Amino acid sequence: MSTLSHIANTVAQQAGEALTADEQKSIAGASGAGMAYGLGAIGPGIGIGYLVGQAVQAMARQPESAGQVQTTMFLGIAFTEALALIGFVVFILLKFV
Amino acid sequence: MSTTPVNPLTTSIEGPAPAMEIAVDMAKRAKWLVPLAAVVGGFWGVEGIASAGYAVVVVVVNFLLAAWLLATTGRISFALMAGAALFGYLLRLGLIFGAVMLVRNASWVEMVPLGIMLIVTHLGLLFWELKYVSGSFAYPGLKPKPVSATSDVDHAAAEAA
Repeated sequence: MSTLSHIANTVAQQAGEALTADEQKSIAGASGAGMAYGLGAIGPGIGIGYLVGQAVQAMARQPESAGQVQTTMFLGIAFTEALALIGFVVFILLKFV
Repeated sequence: MSTTPVNPLTTSIEGPAPAMEIAVDMAKRAKWLVPLAAVVGGFWGVEGIASAGYAVVVVVVNFLLAAWLLATTGRISFALMAGAALFGYLLRLGLIFGAVMLVRNASWVEMVPLGIMLIVTHLGLLFWELKYVSGSFAYPGLKPKPVSATSDVDHAAAEAA
């Protein structure tokens, strides 16, 4: 976040103009929002990959229980995805409110 | 113990698609969240109610799309289903992002109730559905016994017969 602000400051200084406090706040808000969304999406991505991998393995081992495994898998995916959704909501609240 | 190797590229799921049934079930239950959306959005006026309702629609469409992707690709192969789960996750996050960005400057949109209802609807519908799914998994064990006016002696006699 501070790196992005530093880059923006450097670019502005080279262009011969200083960033105002509002502009700096806006840059910090935007980069913070982007990090909240981006980092918030990594964990669920790993979780969904692991979850589906294990579910596929379970269905391959016991095809007769595929229905139960699919049900659990779908709910697990949706619950894991809730974390990413929370990251997204933090993003829109930081960026647009 | 020997096991037959299964090729995930060629093995597919046969039979009913429970994911789609669950998603349709959740879509039906979403109508009970409309009053909640009205209450939450009501703090921000008419715009808040419209935004909260929009969030409910976005979440329901997201669930239906996820279930459709899993059900459709599961009928082709396990490997494709795994790919659809992961890339579908990215796709659906992108679609939610696009759906919110599309309306963010509209006059009827308030971001705070939209964000709150996105999370509340998503988790609310999931926990609600989880209750029914848990009950159906434990069906024989948790099945309530029929209540009758007969005495314990009658029950014992019936069981003995």
